[in-house]
Amino acid sequence: MLNTEPNIASPDDFYEALLSIHQGLAPEQSRQVDARLILLLCNHIGDLSVLREAMARARRGIEPDGIDNTIAART
Amino acid sequence: MHVDYQSLRFEYRRSPDQSSLQVVRHAVVVVGAGPVGLATAIDLAQSGLRVLLLDDDSSLSTGSRAICFAKRTLEIFDRLGCGDAMVEKGVTWNRGRVFHRDHPVYSFDLLPEGGHERPAFVNLQQYYVEGFLLDRARALPDLEIRWRNKVTAVEPGEAGVGLLVETPEGEYRILADYLIAADGARSPIRRALGLESKGRTFRDRFLIADVRMKADFPAERWFWFDPPFHPNQSVLLHSQPDGVWRIDFQLGWDADPEAERAPERVITRVRALLGENAAFDLEWVSVYTFSCLRMARFRHGRVIFAGDAAHGVSPFGARGANSGVQDAENIAWKLALVLRGEAPATLLDSYDDERVAAADENILNSTRSTDFITPKNEASRAFRDATLDLARDCAFARRLVNSGRLSLPSTYRASPLNTADTDDFAGTMMPGAPALDAPLMREGAPNWLLRRLGGGFVLLHFGEAPPPVPETLPPLRLVNVTPDEDAEGVAARRYDALPGTTYLIRPDQHVCARWRRFDPEAICAALDRAVGRA
Repeated sequence: MLNTEPNIASPDDFYEALLSIHQGLAPEQSRQVDARLILLLCNHIGDLSVLREAMARARRGIEPDGIDNTIAART
Repeated sequence: MHVDYQSLRFEYRRSPDQSSLQVVRHAVVVVGAGPVGLATAIDLAQSGLRVLLLDDDSSLSTGSRAICFAKRTLEIFDRLGCGDAMVEKGVTWNRGRVFHRDHPVYSFDLLPEGGHERPAFVNLQQYYVEGFLLDRARALPDLEIRWRNKVTAVEPGEAGVGLLVETPEGEYRILADYLIAADGARSPIRRALGLESKGRTFRDRFLIADVRMKADFPAERWFWFDPPFHPNQSVLLHSQPDGVWRIDFQLGWDADPEAERAPERVITRVRALLGENAAFDLEWVSVYTFSCLRMARFRHGRVIFAGDAAHGVSPFGARGANSGVQDAENIAWKLALVLRGEAPATLLDSYDDERVAAADENILNSTRSTDFITPKNEASRAFRDATLDLARDCAFARRLVNSGRLSLPSTYRASPLNTADTDDFAGTMMPGAPALDAPLMREGAPNWLLRRLGGGFVLLHFGEAPPPVPETLPPLRLVNVTPDEDAEGVAARRYDALPGTTYLIRPDQHVCARWRRFDPEAICAALDRAVGRA
């Protein structure tokens, strides 16, 4: 189960470290760093049910506004 | 002897059916002399049925088209009597390599363990595959092929399927007990019946350039993401026989397909990869988009769809022709039993159960590969690039890189023809699984397990001696594997076998049932189930 209780010993140190890796980066560079970080952390956690819970929480409240890059096919 | 299969032309010959006063009835009519139609027709004819194969054209495949033929397909070709020709001519490969920008990311071996007669893949132009199948088909007296015979109308009925066939000499009618439609992605028969294949088309375009050249690339599958010679897109390189190389360039959705086909444009792209001074000839050029789609059902009464007519995927897993040949062998043994009155017609519904599930597995794998190769949005692009970056030094990320998950045969886990295990077994040879090969010795000579299984229902028994078979058991072939024959113990390991372990294997070499001892009553029940009588 996803642990949403406090689990990091020094929260302020963690938050500062998280922001500092984005210092001086353009948005697309930050996107790259975040993507790498997410993949590293997901692999560390490993448990897909926990990961799915975290993904669902992250997505909550955000309505889709994009387009699907495929076309309905019918032959 | 070298045969230029691509240039062969087959003559139209008038059939007595065209002059017959009564409409002539055929047990099975197969439409489409591609790999799937030919394989189906050969399989049926090998089991002693008369088969009529119709094709609207007078030649084999133009261009190399499908080139990667997987281990399981080669094993099926072995059973159809033409596997050796395919492997002899084909380029054998087992390894894939992935590059990102200018550096190697990782490589994978598709057949890391020995003890299989056939390799993970051979690359072979589709016209050779069709040519070798055709050579085999022509050696079968019960298989008749009619070229330039185009089916223009289909009238399905309770008692048979009426066909209107157009020839250079006009139209004629025939009746078929069963019709196999292996007439390709645009399937005129599907259209004639008002049926659809539905799914998604991906917004991307690809250029195939088959070039003939002397090159020292190894016989491996090379895949580049964002290489310096073709920035922001992917490139795939494959070796084929006769010094032909397949290069597949991703172009993006905005590319103009007409302009991209122009030889000077293609040559520039190929030079970017091979070097300014590279000497090569263009063999075949094609620009394509692809869709993942399938029909809702593949069996429509007496009309059965197979191969591209029934389903379609992206080319990045070699899942098109390979899955089509597996459709062919799945329907062939079932239809043979039904036509001989040895199984109820409802057995044919299991073709739907098994091959629709297989198509879904192929579509799932293909869609996932496409999502990696052709990122849908900014986020998928970011994760794709992050995965490729991490793959350089993080082992976990290499497992996420998806340049195409290559064709493996489906295990029919949920098939109604399976008998569930009642004994404890480990390993992968569960009911529904395609039987694995293993090296055996027989009378001092090497011999392969799948060759011994052959076709038809087979009992595979492990022990010093074959068990006594009571007369109550239907006449089944029994293959006994002794510890001496299985000297390295590979077969016993792959089948988790102990003395007495018995497998019931289907004519398409999938497992139906297995037991720790030879139990005639259980075998009878499993056999009934496997032919749809339970």
